[in-house]
Amino acid sequence: MHKTYNEIIQIAGDVITVEAEAIGYGELAEVQARSGVSLAQVIRLDGPRVSLQVLNGSRGISTNDKVRFLKHPMQVSFSDNLLGRIFTGSGAPRDNGPALSENMISLGGPSVNPAKRIVPDKMIRTGVPMIDVFNSLVESQKLPIFSVAGEPYNELLARIAMQAEIDLIILGGMGLKHDDYLFFKDTLEKHGSLAKSIFFIHTASDPTVECLLVPDMCLAVAEQFALQNKRVLVLLTDMTNFCDALKEIAITMEQIPSNRGYPGDLYSQLAKRYEKAVDFDTAGSITILAVTTMPGDDVTHPVPDNTGYITEGQFYLKGGRIEPFGSLSRLKQQVNGKTRDDHRAIMDRMIQLYAQYRETLEKRSMGFRMSAWDEKLLKYGQRFEKEMMALSVNIVLEKALDLGWDILSDVFEPAEVGIKDALVKKYWRKK
Amino acid sequence: MSAELRKGYVSGVNGNMVSVMFEDRVVQNEVAFVHQGKNRLKSEVIRVRGKRAELQVFEDTNDVKVGDVVEFSGELLSVELGPGLLGQVYDGLQNPLERLAHDHGFFLKRGIYLNALKEDQLWDFTPLVKKGDKVRSGVKLGSVLEKIFAHMIMVPFDLSGELEVTEIASKGKHDLTAVIASLRDDQGRTHAVTMKTVWPVKVPIRAYQKKLKPSQPLVTKIRIIDTLVPVAIGGTFCTPGPFGAGKTVLQHLLSRHAEVDIVIIAACGERAGEVVELLKTFPELIDPRTKKTLMDRTVVICNTSSMPVAARESSVYTAVTIAEYYRQMGLNVLLLADSTSRWAQAMREMSGRLEEIPGEEAFPAYLETRIASFYERAGVVLLRDGTMGSITIGGTVSPAGGNFEEPVTQSTLKVVGAFHGLSRDRANARKYPAVDPLQSWSKYESFIAQDKVKAGTAILKRSEEVDQMMKVVGEEGTAMEDFLDYLKGDFFDAVYLQQNAFDEIDEATASDRQAYVFDVLLGVIVKKFSFQDKEEARAFFLNLRQKFVNWNTMPFLSDPFKLLHKEIEAQINSK
Repeated sequence: MHKTYNEIIQIAGDVITVEAEAIGYGELAEVQARSGVSLAQVIRLDGPRVSLQVLNGSRGISTNDKVRFLKHPMQVSFSDNLLGRIFTGSGAPRDNGPALSENMISLGGPSVNPAKRIVPDKMIRTGVPMIDVFNSLVESQKLPIFSVAGEPYNELLARIAMQAEIDLIILGGMGLKHDDYLFFKDTLEKHGSLAKSIFFIHTASDPTVECLLVPDMCLAVAEQFALQNKRVLVLLTDMTNFCDALKEIAITMEQIPSNRGYPGDLYSQLAKRYEKAVDFDTAGSITILAVTTMPGDDVTHPVPDNTGYITEGQFYLKGGRIEPFGSLSRLKQQVNGKTRDDHRAIMDRMIQLYAQYRETLEKRSMGFRMSAWDEKLLKYGQRFEKEMMALSVNIVLEKALDLGWDILSDVFEPAEVGIKDALVKKYWRKK
Repeated sequence: MSAELRKGYVSGVNGNMVSVMFEDRVVQNEVAFVHQGKNRLKSEVIRVRGKRAELQVFEDTNDVKVGDVVEFSGELLSVELGPGLLGQVYDGLQNPLERLAHDHGFFLKRGIYLNALKEDQLWDFTPLVKKGDKVRSGVKLGSVLEKIFAHMIMVPFDLSGELEVTEIASKGKHDLTAVIASLRDDQGRTHAVTMKTVWPVKVPIRAYQKKLKPSQPLVTKIRIIDTLVPVAIGGTFCTPGPFGAGKTVLQHLLSRHAEVDIVIIAACGERAGEVVELLKTFPELIDPRTKKTLMDRTVVICNTSSMPVAARESSVYTAVTIAEYYRQMGLNVLLLADSTSRWAQAMREMSGRLEEIPGEEAFPAYLETRIASFYERAGVVLLRDGTMGSITIGGTVSPAGGNFEEPVTQSTLKVVGAFHGLSRDRANARKYPAVDPLQSWSKYESFIAQDKVKAGTAILKRSEEVDQMMKVVGEEGTAMEDFLDYLKGDFFDAVYLQQNAFDEIDEATASDRQAYVFDVLLGVIVKKFSFQDKEEARAFFLNLRQKFVNWNTMPFLSDPFKLLHKEIEAQINSK
């Protein structure tokens, strides 16, 4: 019943073209090459000419290789059997487990009706004070970590994944280094979280096209679990690699590039994935934490720029710490009024004082004389960086707030911090 | 429209663009349906070459096959107009999202289209004309009460010449499909009028006497806008800014506080979460002018970023057409489009698929004319019955990299009357609204006298200059007079231009209060103070600033307000 064609009329990049009939847009096919069988996806129809992107890459494909159309779009199996398993970007097992073929679901389903979303109001506690206190992560939020290559962003993702109180972790690796993949696996295993995790991993040595499928795989599975009342955390690293894969295919298809070679629909492509983050009215939720590496630490690069317009804030990871300036959780107001009465005051005031510390540092480096107030700020800033900002700090929110009061009380007089009297009275440490 | 069924067959698919070989003829921009299995996917003809037409499909095109049937409708992409629009939430093609959610669950499945208006709902109709009256297009035939407005039932906008009313329904309840009037044109043809009409979204409604120059200031209750860079009723403005500068928050504030009758919000290609927040809060917020919920005066068109791109392109047209409809009733309408950049990107995506020769940053060459003709649909018009109606359009722009030197921002700046540029520096310094007072401009006049406003702008400029200078020579090397100018500018910014959106009173300042406070402020700006040293001057302004900030949170002309005013005056006069 599946029709087979064995004349490939064009091979360009990872895209092959055959002449075929009655093929659906987005349909999947199998290419039987000498090097093995690969999946391919229809990305353009033009009369009888059908263009497909080959998931395993076009290397070694011969013009007379067989192309068999499968009559269905890209799918992934969905069941509890996924838990604890590791797959490639095309859904094949990467561990030693069996391939899954039950209950196949399509990728990239329709978008959620905004009328069925609810305003998110549940905080996800991470144990990282720079997140919990200053930029709280909220269930159903979509948030990227902006950083340059070499920063410990994967370590940060793994830590958040282990500590967040959620039901399920789905990790999507795009262009992941093999040792990073092993790092995630070992960390979650050691922590006993592997059983509630699902991995879709594309490593740097795998074919480009598979990279494109990783977010869709993760989010299709996440959506099904969320509909079953599960609270799902999706980790995507690194979305810049995903965008570069998009760029590669777009240029192969001779699309007109818009900005630095990226296709004109980069925004829509990213939004289609990030907008899967959702808090369902009467069901579960999807939270997306993604890594976006910024080439040249440039936030105006098309990838971080388009991402910033889509996501609900961002964390800047710089020098091994989450930078308080520029980092933003757009949803924090939904949750930080309900934690502890001093949360917002500590959040605002500690950052303002830290900003003043930065100014003092500048003044000092320019050779200005340090006043008594400057000396206090210097003392404060150093303690803040060491005790709150360092990524190694791992304490619950309430402990972090207490620590904030400890530092403030040690360094300043009550009148100097500018916090409401009632709160100072309640929390100020007596010396 | 003709009853013949015109068909074609799919010959190619590229993303949301489908090529079709047609048999008979096609109409440019007509609506067509691509038959995909059981689904009928709505699309629009956007180019014709020979016997091949290119369609933009308003849905996901997965599984469309070469050879699939396409059916042409002969109608241009249109919206339904009639009572029942207010308070609704629509997608870019005017599908009611609440009813879709109710009928079809969590997801926006493709190929499902519902009527925008409930046809069977009954409305209490009161005629305004009688049999034998002569009317023209746009003339009010009668009215029904929709929420708080007298919703006018008008002569269809596409009828030309003088018509005679041959029949008119008497006062009573009718549904949307009932014929409420019959009109005979000068050629003797009869036209039946129902309360519901349709209108093609890309064609402006022109059933009015003439378009006037916008001259009345629109009170937005945002001080920096109303005083320094005002908007006129019937005018246009744009709000470009990098991400995180507060574009959407500013638009939400405008939608809540602006003194207009109707607000149309076009959430075009932005986050769904923001729309949800609006949907959940608006029904609970009370409009101080009408004492009804804000939702009662609002229509939301939302085509968020993950919804189909082609529908995003049409969503701003859907919004502006609904705005024009209410304008025809003699109402003042504010249309807020967030963000026009996403709309422009939707055009760019389609242009790319059509393989048109790209302009700057791959935007199509017609970008400028499209933006210009969209903003041209704003304006104050004199209606046929001598009343006035208006549409004010405000669009946000999301420039790539936050750099205003890009095609969408530049094309928009050419056509709008006011520019509210948001700055990342101001946002980072938590100075909200982050409108840059020196970079922004407006061609309209404020309700505060021009010479007063000039004094305000002058001190801001001077303050900025001194600030730059101080960075080089330090505070010690700055003359006292210059230093005072710096403090005054900083003070003006802190207590007047910035507004606290979390304070119930400070978040919206009515025009009389703005004029009142601005006069007090002007007293500070023009006064020649004498201080012993800079420390004293700084302390003086810090203290005054604290008083003003408190003053801003007190009800206008209340006792504490008056008391603090006296204290403020006393302090100003003390030096």
